[in-house]
Amino acid sequence: MSTHAAPQGTAPFRTESGGRIDRDRVVEFRFGGETLTAHPGDTVASALLAHGRHQTGTSIKLGRPRGIGAAWAEDPGGLLQVEEPFPEPMLLATTVEVFDGLSVEGIPGQGRLAEVADTARYDSLHHHVDVLVVGAGPAGLQAALTAARSGARVALVDEQSEAGGSLLGTKDLLDGAPGVEWVARATAELAEHPDVVHLQRTTAFGVYDDGFVLAVERRTDHLGGQAPENVSRQRVHRIRAGHVVVATGAHERPVVFTDNDRPGTMLAGAARTFLHRYGVLPGSRAVVFTTNDSAYAAAVDLADAGVEVAAVVDVREQAPAEWAAELAARNVPVRTGAVVTGTRGVERVSAALVAPHGGEPNAGATAEVECDLLLVSGGWNPAVHLFSQARGRLRFDAGLGAFMPAEDLQGLTVVGAARGEFTLEGALLQARQETRSALERMGLEAAATDDLPVAARPFPTLAPELLWFVPDPSGDSSRQFVDVQRDATVADVERAVGAGLRSPEHVKRYTTIGTAHDQGKTSGIVATGILSQLLGRGPEAVGTTTFRPPYTSVAFATLAGRDRGELFDPVRTTVVHDWHVLHGAVFEDVGQWKRPRYYPLAGEDMETAVLRECAAVRSGVGILDGSTLGKIDVQGPDAGEFLDRLYTNLMSSLKVGKVRYGVMCGADGMVLDDGTVLRVAEDRFLVMTTTGGAAKVLDWMEEWLQTEWPELRVHLASVTEQWAAFPVVGPRSRDVVAEVFGIDASAEAFEFMAWRDVEFEGVPVRLARISFSGELAWEVHVSGWYAAAVWERLVAAGERFGITPYGTETMHVLRAEKGYPIIGQDTDGTVTPQDLGMSWVVSKKKPDFIGKRSFARAENQRPDRKQLVALLPVDRDTVLPEGSQVVDFQADGQLPPPPVPMLGHVTSSYRSAFLERPFALALLKGGSARHGETLHVPVGDRLVAVEVTGPVVVDPEGARRDG
Amino acid sequence: MQLIECPWCGPREEIEFHYGGQAHVAYPQDPSALDDREWAEYLFFRDNTKGLFRERWSHAAGCRRWFNAERDTVTYQFTTVYAPQEKGPVDR
Repeated sequence: MSTHAAPQGTAPFRTESGGRIDRDRVVEFRFGGETLTAHPGDTVASALLAHGRHQTGTSIKLGRPRGIGAAWAEDPGGLLQVEEPFPEPMLLATTVEVFDGLSVEGIPGQGRLAEVADTARYDSLHHHVDVLVVGAGPAGLQAALTAARSGARVALVDEQSEAGGSLLGTKDLLDGAPGVEWVARATAELAEHPDVVHLQRTTAFGVYDDGFVLAVERRTDHLGGQAPENVSRQRVHRIRAGHVVVATGAHERPVVFTDNDRPGTMLAGAARTFLHRYGVLPGSRAVVFTTNDSAYAAAVDLADAGVEVAAVVDVREQAPAEWAAELAARNVPVRTGAVVTGTRGVERVSAALVAPHGGEPNAGATAEVECDLLLVSGGWNPAVHLFSQARGRLRFDAGLGAFMPAEDLQGLTVVGAARGEFTLEGALLQARQETRSALERMGLEAAATDDLPVAARPFPTLAPELLWFVPDPSGDSSRQFVDVQRDATVADVERAVGAGLRSPEHVKRYTTIGTAHDQGKTSGIVATGILSQLLGRGPEAVGTTTFRPPYTSVAFATLAGRDRGELFDPVRTTVVHDWHVLHGAVFEDVGQWKRPRYYPLAGEDMETAVLRECAAVRSGVGILDGSTLGKIDVQGPDAGEFLDRLYTNLMSSLKVGKVRYGVMCGADGMVLDDGTVLRVAEDRFLVMTTTGGAAKVLDWMEEWLQTEWPELRVHLASVTEQWAAFPVVGPRSRDVVAEVFGIDASAEAFEFMAWRDVEFEGVPVRLARISFSGELAWEVHVSGWYAAAVWERLVAAGERFGITPYGTETMHVLRAEKGYPIIGQDTDGTVTPQDLGMSWVVSKKKPDFIGKRSFARAENQRPDRKQLVALLPVDRDTVLPEGSQVVDFQADGQLPPPPVPMLGHVTSSYRSAFLERPFALALLKGGSARHGETLHVPVGDRLVAVEVTGPVVVDPEGARRDG
Repeated sequence: MQLIECPWCGPREEIEFHYGGQAHVAYPQDPSALDDREWAEYLFFRDNTKGLFRERWSHAAGCRRWFNAERDTVTYQFTTVYAPQEKGPVDR
């Protein structure tokens, strides 16, 4: 142990002072069942390292020890399962903040979903800003300051618990003082601006079109049990920005060598972050392996903190002079032109194997350097993820050995290390300059006063050397880990190339490199580098895999937000809904509507209830809540002409006070919707549509009106919700409406397909004689305000006739008995009115209407088109399953050899109380000419014989209509 | 989430809009004068342009009005929007 590390309680690797943790407070958390101490400000990773723990779990395929390899979201190694307070899989030790009561386990590459419901609340918030800055490191803070000082509306988001970015993990000075002091001043200044939203613990995870960025804020995760219940746990910020400034920094990348997966192996910059931000020494004796200057700072800082730095191994032939002098002053040996070829150790690295770079495999030249910490730096990758998501092109910069933004995007600028600008001074200058340019393009004037903090001059830089992997001296590449989380090695890449794969996209999927929780933040570019070396092509020719949202994983619960359970989709209920509930209705969903399906009495199942309801309607009287039917108010001097063009039949000739059934077709002649039309006045019609077709029909009408017939003086409005509609149906329905509305409802006084205004206790009611069952029937239309009272009065008046409320199932049976199709059930977009046996509804007089020309197409004249028929099972017992196929026997009474020709299919099928047998509607090839034939329907392993008839099986002569 | 410029409401999010296919495919003056092939071409045939394409949109969850737009089918960028009865930018 070094003299500087304070053996403080049970955390022997905690420094004496420094870091951003609250040393006055101690929290306890559990790791693998063991209780450990930590300080507020710690992550699980920093707390574990403070206790000398590097290993978190084991690997997914090989079961090798896995540990902490980085200090933030790019860590490929340290995965956890959170057990308490709420189970969550696959979180990183480096990003989970500790709190009292946290309990976590290391996991072998795979977590476990919670088995209990997540009761936390999630929500979302919209922002509209001039400038969104992603990342609150030095470049991002400066960009936000420049924008805010210019009076722009600004959002600044940063994924860590506090602002500062790289300044939190280095000793960089600004204005001659530690950089974090400038960070504090900058955030305080931003807080002064009323139009600045500054969010920490907020990850911008997706960039979409037109400046739209999604960010997830972890609002209470770090509070554990202290989280207030009224605050959402996580929030999705939906940010629409005039301009996006990406200041996301850079990720250090490793060099691959044999046994590079042993815990204790870590990125060099991460060790600096653990030291400076968390006050933790990640080891006691370190070897630093680098291809560039940046790791020298880690070596110096660790040495100053008391870590024994056994060696700096630099692949380059020459060490940077100034840094070498710093190390010499600390007695740290530098070995240039050397590489780490492997490690020793079991659950923790115990030695690094150091050999000359590019030398012949020679055991004698390999030195075994003891260490418990092996720091690696293979260079830095600008975090171009968001830029790439915005479809920015990348280029490979040979000098930096990294992929960088290759172009300026409209509406999105990359600054700082994310753009390859690695000096503090350069990053600040660039952030101000680029933000000013963006403001100017948006027409905002840049602030006159916008000073930059003064950064200390860095040492001159010696060019990095590009090194992706160190070949194993023995040639065995099967323990050279490219993706330690996936246990994918250089051998796997070699195998992929051997299998003929050339694209990094294919190699990714073949090897699984880059498919783990980190999505290849450190392994992806290394895989490209190794692939390029194996293929003998430059990395620029090989390219990268595609960067897609989300940048880091986001829980589905967070994305769902408040749109769960009852709030997932609106529920529409009619004004009589409570009555239906009170009377035991079983509901079915029709679009968003809740409709009573049937009203079972005690002990009834659906079949018995529906048979009872059907019998009641055909023998007495029933009442249905038809309020969900679509209703469109069509007004204007040209309303009649308009409907003539849309319906297949003539509507303009309809007299005020009359009702007409109509069918609407697409231009292709196929049935779109049907329903009744009431002429309310000379210039006003009420169009009734199917429940499911209401919105579609209104859209259809608007489309023709606006795009083809703007000259027609017609206006449309949906009045579905305004009018309740109650069919009162059956031979005794006349008695009910006559009593309730005090009218002469005789067949002579009130004709079929007529309507009239009546009153109920001073409330205007529209009463129409319309039948969807073939029975004497009435439709009661009344304003929703009074509808419940009218319904109850109708039910009361019908009581002496045994009035029976019935649901959609009975309605379907009754209409099917009459051969009335349900559009969308008995039709499927390939069915004409003629196919439905409704040639009578197609006008021969009108010169044109939508669909007319298509009826004359040869295809629509074919006699073998599928036509609507009814099927009566000969056994009088089988209810044919809807969707069943219809087949025919050969002359010899046998099925034809397979494939057996399909003649059609069953579209509706029910048991008929009236016929005392089941029946079905079907679309059958040449069906109109097949009435009387016997065909077969396979049901399970039986062939059920069916008789083909016309589609009307009850009262084909229409005798029941007048009661 | 793209922003689409409704000529009447201004820029709105794309989920508020419905796509209406190729623009300037007028309903034939006299459908009965067309043979089956000509009528089928009106019904079923549309251009599949790579690049600038004039198409119909409706601001379905907004003002419910139809308009025409010219859009690049490669970049999805809208170049202009205009009223249904106006001519396209190239025809002006």
